[in-house]
Order: sequence, then C-alpha cells, then structure tokens
Amino acid sequence: MSTTSHDPRPADALRDGDTARHAAPSTAVRKVGGFAGWVDDRTGAAKPVGYLMKKVFPDHWSFMLGEIAMYSMIICLVTGAFLTFWFVPSAGHTVYDGSYVPLRGVGMSEAYASSLNISFDIKGGLIIRQIHHWAALMFVVALVVHMFRVFFTGAFRKPREINWVIGSVLALLAIVEGFAGYSLPDDLLSGTGIRAMAGFVQTAPVIGTYLVYGIFGGPFPGEMIIPRLYSAHVLLIPAILVGLFIAHVGLVALQKHTQYPGPGRTNNNVVGYPVMPVYAAKAGGFFFIVFGVIALISALVQINPIWGYGPYDPSPVTAGSQPDWYMGFADGALRLLPGWLEFTVFGYTISANIFPGALILLPLVYIVLGVYPFLERWVTGDDREHHLLQRPRNAPVRTGIGMAGITAYTILMFAGGNDILAIKLGMSINDLTWFFRIGFFVLPPLVFWVTKRVCLSLQRRDREQVLHGRESGTIIRTPDGRFFERHEAELPEDQWILVQHEAVAPLELEPAVDEHGVARPAARGDRLRAAVSRFYFRDAVNPVTPAELAAAHHHGEETEAIEGGEPAEQLESPEAASRR
Amino acid sequence: MNALAARRRHPAAIAILLMIGLFLTGAAYAAVAPKPADATTKALPAQSVEEGKSLFRANCASCHGLNAEGRATGNGDKIAGPPLAGVGAAAVDFQVGTGRMPMTAPGIQAARADDVVFTQEQIDALAAYVASLAPGPAVPSEEAVDPTKGNPAFGGELFRVNCAMCHNFAGSGGALTRGKYAPSLRDVSGKHIYEAMQTGPQSMPVFSDTNITPENKRDIIAFLDTLDSQENPGGMTLGSLGPVTEGLFAWVFGLGIFIAIAIWLGAKAA
Repeated sequence: MSTTSHDPRPADALRDGDTARHAAPSTAVRKVGGFAGWVDDRTGAAKPVGYLMKKVFPDHWSFMLGEIAMYSMIICLVTGAFLTFWFVPSAGHTVYDGSYVPLRGVGMSEAYASSLNISFDIKGGLIIRQIHHWAALMFVVALVVHMFRVFFTGAFRKPREINWVIGSVLALLAIVEGFAGYSLPDDLLSGTGIRAMAGFVQTAPVIGTYLVYGIFGGPFPGEMIIPRLYSAHVLLIPAILVGLFIAHVGLVALQKHTQYPGPGRTNNNVVGYPVMPVYAAKAGGFFFIVFGVIALISALVQINPIWGYGPYDPSPVTAGSQPDWYMGFADGALRLLPGWLEFTVFGYTISANIFPGALILLPLVYIVLGVYPFLERWVTGDDREHHLLQRPRNAPVRTGIGMAGITAYTILMFAGGNDILAIKLGMSINDLTWFFRIGFFVLPPLVFWVTKRVCLSLQRRDREQVLHGRESGTIIRTPDGRFFERHEAELPEDQWILVQHEAVAPLELEPAVDEHGVARPAARGDRLRAAVSRFYFRDAVNPVTPAELAAAHHHGEETEAIEGGEPAEQLESPEAASRR
Repeated sequence: MNALAARRRHPAAIAILLMIGLFLTGAAYAAVAPKPADATTKALPAQSVEEGKSLFRANCASCHGLNAEGRATGNGDKIAGPPLAGVGAAAVDFQVGTGRMPMTAPGIQAARADDVVFTQEQIDALAAYVASLAPGPAVPSEEAVDPTKGNPAFGGELFRVNCAMCHNFAGSGGALTRGKYAPSLRDVSGKHIYEAMQTGPQSMPVFSDTNITPENKRDIIAFLDTLDSQENPGGMTLGSLGPVTEGLFAWVFGLGIFIAIAIWLGAKAA
C-alpha cells in the first residue's frame, strides 16, 4: 500500500486547494485496524502474511517428519545460545577445581573445564547440554527420514528440484555442524575425532599437509583449532543453515504443498486445512511435543558423558571411539577399506586406503542425492509439474534404487560400529568386517531386485483388486458342491487410489539415421537414454484402464451365465457378489 | 474354531500370531537348549599344597596336565592348557576366583562367570599348589587393593593412558581381534583388577611393578571403584559404550516416539 503520491502543483502554489486533515477515525475503527494496521502501513506485511495464513496444507503424518527436523534445529539454536554463555572456546591450560571429584587436580584445556562446569556447576547446565546433543541427533535423524519420504514419493520432481538440492546441502551442512559441535568440548572422544580429522585431511594427495597446517594453524593439535571450530559451529555454519532453511521453507510456502493422491485431489488443488487457525495450532502444538519429548529423553538418558572421557591427550584413545551416528558411515567406510590400497609414487605416499572413505565419500553421497532428480528427469523426459505424490510401489525402479542406497549407507554405518557389534553379539570383528565388505557390494543389488519385485507384485495385486474386487474371506458352496470365494467390489474412493497413477512405458528409440540415410548426431545419447529408460520402465505394471475394467465385468457376466444355468438368480457367484 | 476363523483378518491378527510364534520359539529353545554340565567334585576343605594338588588333579589336569606341565591337543600347535609353573598364586586366584577357570568348554577366550566353582579356601589351596611349582606373583594384600587409599583422579589418567584403549573409558569393555575381547571392568573386585594387571591374563599384557607401581595400581582400582559407586549424572548410561548406542537410541526410541505422535496427530481431524 502506497502512502505517497505524485503532486503536480508547482512550488509557488503548493498548498493551493489543501483540505483540512481528516478527523481521527472513531475508536471502534481504530480498534479494528489497531496494531496490525499500524504495522501494515509501515511494512506492507498484510499481503504476504495473509497469503501464508490462508495457505492450505494437506494432512498426513509423513509431512510432519520435516517439521520434527525443523523443531529440533530450533531447539539446538535456543539451547546452543544458552551454552555459549559459559563455554570457553580456548585450548589454554588450566587445572580443574570444580565439583566432579574424579577429575579434581587434573590438568586440562579451558574448553574442557568450562564444559565440565556447564555439566556440574551451572544450574540446569547438564540438562541443557543433553537437550542440545539429543536434539542434534534427532535433527539429523528426522532430516534423513524426511528425505526418505520426499524421495520415495517423488516429491522432488518438477517444480521442486531446487528445494531438493537445498535440502541435500542442508543435510550435508547439518552433519558438518554436528561434527564441529562434537569436537568442541575437548574431551578424549572429541579430541580423538579432531585427531582423526587431521589425519583424513592429510591424506588428500599433494595438498594434504598444507591443508592440515592451514586448518590447525601449525602442527596438530596447536591452540587454534578449538576457537576456529567454535566460530564455525556457532556463527558460520548456523548462519548458512538458517539461511538455507528459510529458503527451503519459503519455497514450500511459495509452491503449494504436495499431497497424496485421492479422490478430489488433483494436480491443481491442495486438499487440507489453512494455516490459520488449524495448522498454526497443530504445528505449534507439535513444536511443544517435540521439545517435550527431547527434554524427556535428555532428562532420562545420558548422552556424551564428557566427564567420563577425561581431558584430551594425544596419547590415549578409548575403545568405542566413534563419531556421532551421522558421521558413522564415513567411519565405517574407513574400517572397511583394506590397507593394501596405500601405494607410493616417486617417494610420495598416496593413502588410497583412507581418502576414499574420509574425504570423497561424504561429499559424494550428497552430490549423488542432489543430482538424482535431474537424472530421473533426463530418463523420463517429463517436463510437467507434479503436485500429486506417487505411491512408492508405482515407481518400482526408483524405490529399488532408494532402498539399495539406504542399504549401502546402512552397511557403512553399521561397519562404523563393528567393535560394539562384536562385543555385544559375541562375534569376531574380523568376520563382521568381511561380512560388511562383501555385503557392501552384494546386498544393494539384491535389495534393489527384491524391492522392485515387491513393488511390481503390489502393483499387480492392485490391478487384481480393481478387476476382481477384494477377497471377502467368505466361501460360498454351490448346490452342486463347488466352492468359490466371494469377492467384494472396492469402494469407489479405494479404487481411485489403485488406478489414479499414470501409465508408463520406456522411451522409443528413434532410428539412428534419418530418412535420407544420414546418421543423426544425437543418436548415441539417445541410445543411452533409451537403454536407461528401458531399465526403468521395461517391466512396468500399468494401472487398469476403463476398457480393461469393462472387459473384466463383461467376462464376469459370461462366466456367470455358463456357471449359473437356470438357478442363476438364487446363486451367488463371485462376479454377481462383486456387483452388489 | 469358527470364531477364530472369522477373526483371522483382524488388524491385530498378525501381531498376535507373531507373538505366539516368538513365544513358542522361545519356549522350544529353552526346553532343548544345552545346559552347562555340572560335574565338579564335591568341595573339600583344603588348606595345604597337598590338598590343592588333589583339587588340581581332579579339576584342572585334563587340560593343564597332571603336574601342571601343560598339554597339547595334538591338533597342530594348539594347546589344551598352558604350563602353570611360575604363573604364581595371583594368576590362579584371578582365573579361578572370577569363574574363568575351570573352563567348561574350549572357546576363543575364557569368560568371566558369576558362579565361581570353588570356595575361596579351595582357591587358596590351588594357588598354594601352583605357587609351589615355581616362584610367581603372590595374591596382593588387602591394603594394596584398598580403593579408599588410592587417588582416583590420577588413577583415571593412568587408566585412560594404559587401559581405556581396550577396556573403554568407563571400563565397559571393547573388541579385540577374531572374537577376543577386553571384558567389562565394572563390579570387579580390586584384588582381581590388581592380579590381572600383575599377571596379564589371556590377551592382556602384563603391567609389571616397574611399569605401573603398586601405588599406581591402587590408584587405578580407586578410579574403577568411583565408576562403580558414583551415581550416573544425566540419567541412564546406555552401557557407557560411546556414540553408537546413543545413535541407536535416537533412531529406535527418539524416531519411534516422534512417528507415533505424528501418526496420532495426523489422524486427528482438524
């Protein structure tokens, strides 16, 4: 709303024709316009806020997974601010004199001493520390499961590819942020993590040593790493994280929310409730539930007992030194890589036994994730917008790829805990390592195949159900002694879900030469694309068409006529029953 | 039967079937699972070397030889039991006193057992017999293992430098190669901790008195004693095994609770 206007009067006649100021509006009008009007006059916020408040969101529990991640992040920000009041990000030496007796008189860094003070001498410090850590773990858990939902329902398709990429970057930043936080208290575990990180960076061919000296401001450990990690953990990464998060949520608000298919739900509408008042209440309440559950867990379950680990000292390492779970897959990859991959070129050691797991895997996972929507678009050639989600079974190859990826990731993650598995399951760590090594190559293709077959079977079952109705479990015996099971027709709203998806077919390969016999330059790329398309859609099971449905019913009448004979009216046949 | 058949498609049917199946499997396993053989001779009150020798012959000689000279299995280099001359009374007191010996079955490693087969007098007799074969470390005095006389803070430092890489920062234990493991040190008596450091049982190295002095050994015992006696700040420890169990808890319980709540909230009509 504009409050200025162009005034054509010249300077010597500027006040000509001015009228007296309007009287102030009555108190009743002022009350209505009130504070909101005052703010709107100065910011123009009414329009965008109104847009957001009227925004319609569909109802489904899986849409709340992202919300859990969002709330966990907010909890981390709030509790993190509390922790900065007392944490001293310094490697300066001090002797502990706090209330935890088993460490009294032990020399340590100021960072560790202040973490101990937060845990034992600051009121509420320990619970806030535990909330911060549990919320961080839950943040990444929820974020990963949210990604599963988006991936398996095809929510990353146009127009949401950018948001998928932003989400992938958020996921990567979240674990980097987590690692920085894990490294700050300077206890034995976090110091071991920094030591490992220094080693990983060193394995970068050629530039490794320079990089380590740059990061640590000298040789390991130095005094610089804790203040630097602190800046990254409380300033740099959270700023990027929050910025990207706002873009992520902003795009969701700008584009409409996707919805699951169902009667009345189309690509052009959203069936649900507006933010105000329904979702504001629901989501607001959910925030408090998430906060409450995390606080409850933090009150009952210890996390990262830094007092037990003791101060960092480069010589000891404790058994069970692992990163937090989200870095576990990279640690697992390191544990699986065989030592003989290391080799020497011109007197320089190339640590190919370390850097594929330590340096390449981490960005690679997130690059592959970020690229997937573009790969699938290239395969399908589909340029339309999609606001209706897919049921995972209706995209069998994508679902299979996703499950194979999760399998590979999970194997690496479990390999990262191979020592704990060994002692808790009473197994040999060597056998476990070999199981994971072989499993990393064998299980993902196996899982892909099984998942794809399961999806195709489910699709066939859907077809069966549409064509012949649902098995009722009621067995009918005919007077002449034959048995059949009565099938019941699907309700129209149930049937809708079974037939709403699109039929798919592999792309047809255009001839490699045009009508004049001249080779088309794009033919090779097309061949590849057609091959991948065949891989995706070769054995697609397509939904029942109206013609097929009509044919099935017609077929039903025929059999009824044959089976029934003259007592057809009294006799219940499967097809007759299915039409009741 | 009809009532059952009519309910076979009930939503809870799968869960109930699963529970029944699990129960039957568990019950069947409990019924046929092999039980540890109980073939120990009747306990004899014994104080002397002679009595220890007869106990040894009855319970240990099948693996360690009639005169504790050790025995080979005849299968390559594998031994049934090592010679015991020179291991000392401390080793016997540790191995038998923690239930590791006599081993009921050959295994990758003798495990600590709660049911110790012999009384302390019998163990002392066995120890006296083995100590009579050749000189070796003796059982430490009460004073040498008294945690109240040690410095737990310094013991903690020693523990982290010398012990934590295998036994974990909180003495929860850790994995070694090929199925061997460093056992948990929680609720182990100070005497047994001392004897283990002195004699180096199984995969454990010997921490001699020049390596860790008797006073420092007592500091370590004091540290482990504080671990056992202190309350756990911050709640349940999840086994004090580090971030792996924390991650597992987050995935199973944290995510489980959140999804349950999300489903409940999603099903609530607006």
